[in-house]
Amino acid sequence: MKIKNIAAIFLILLSIWILLNSQFQIEVMIIGVILSFVISIIMGSRITVFNELKFSFGSVFYTIWYLFVFLAELVKSNLDVARRVLTPSLPINPGIIKTKTVLKSKMGRMILANSITLTPGTLTVDIEDDILYIHCIDVCCEDIDKATAAIVDKFEKILVKIYG
Amino acid sequence: MGNILEIIGAVLVLLGSVFLFLGALGLVRMPDLYNRIQAGTKASTLGTFLTLFGLLLIIPEWWGKLVLLMTFILITNPVSSHVLARAAHYIKIPLTDKTVADLLNKEETTYKVNEEIKNE
Repeated sequence: MKIKNIAAIFLILLSIWILLNSQFQIEVMIIGVILSFVISIIMGSRITVFNELKFSFGSVFYTIWYLFVFLAELVKSNLDVARRVLTPSLPINPGIIKTKTVLKSKMGRMILANSITLTPGTLTVDIEDDILYIHCIDVCCEDIDKATAAIVDKFEKILVKIYG
Repeated sequence: MGNILEIIGAVLVLLGSVFLFLGALGLVRMPDLYNRIQAGTKASTLGTFLTLFGLLLIIPEWWGKLVLLMTFILITNPVSSHVLARAAHYIKIPLTDKTVADLLNKEETTYKVNEEIKNE
């Protein structure tokens, strides 16, 4: 458990180091590896966010797939909001509704809530256990099951495969 | 070759600024705080993304820092808008008259926050 945690922190720190330097000279890489290793050893036992991560071929594939689904939704949401802003009558129908999630892990719920915030006309206001309160710019339905099917499902079915 | 990339990059930067402008217009036109947050978050995320991506095509040597910037914007932008909306609902900033439903119980959650403050 602890080794996985340290490895996750190490990889993140090293990739930030490489991106910041954007050069692959051997001296720069050695300094980066040493620094990330020392920091990840010191902080490894205190940072618990990565405990739920799974390293497998499937989870990496679904993470990349999720990124594409997410970017498509982001573009769609922007066009939607732009259309509403530019229409003179301002066609909005706002309200706060409830939805339910089946995700158990904290990391999965965090990613789900953040994705909902960035997609068509929805904004996560609060989370209580497995209930998500979502502010919609255009309320489709107040029923909890229908709202879940409309807003949460498309992200959830991929996140379930990554975080279980 | 470099010239074509530069032109595509410039077009992307322009498109990004258009989205940022629409976001600003949304901030002015929307009736209440929650809808303003919605317009602001989405437009600023895609607008900044397109601008940075256009810059990446114009100056490819900066790719590392630009990718890092995009990642941080993608992670922090929704978190900040979520926290703003949550805090606004806790201190009972009213929703607009057009609102059709508010299923988040205000009394209950405000009470819970007060209890949490007392316990600390």
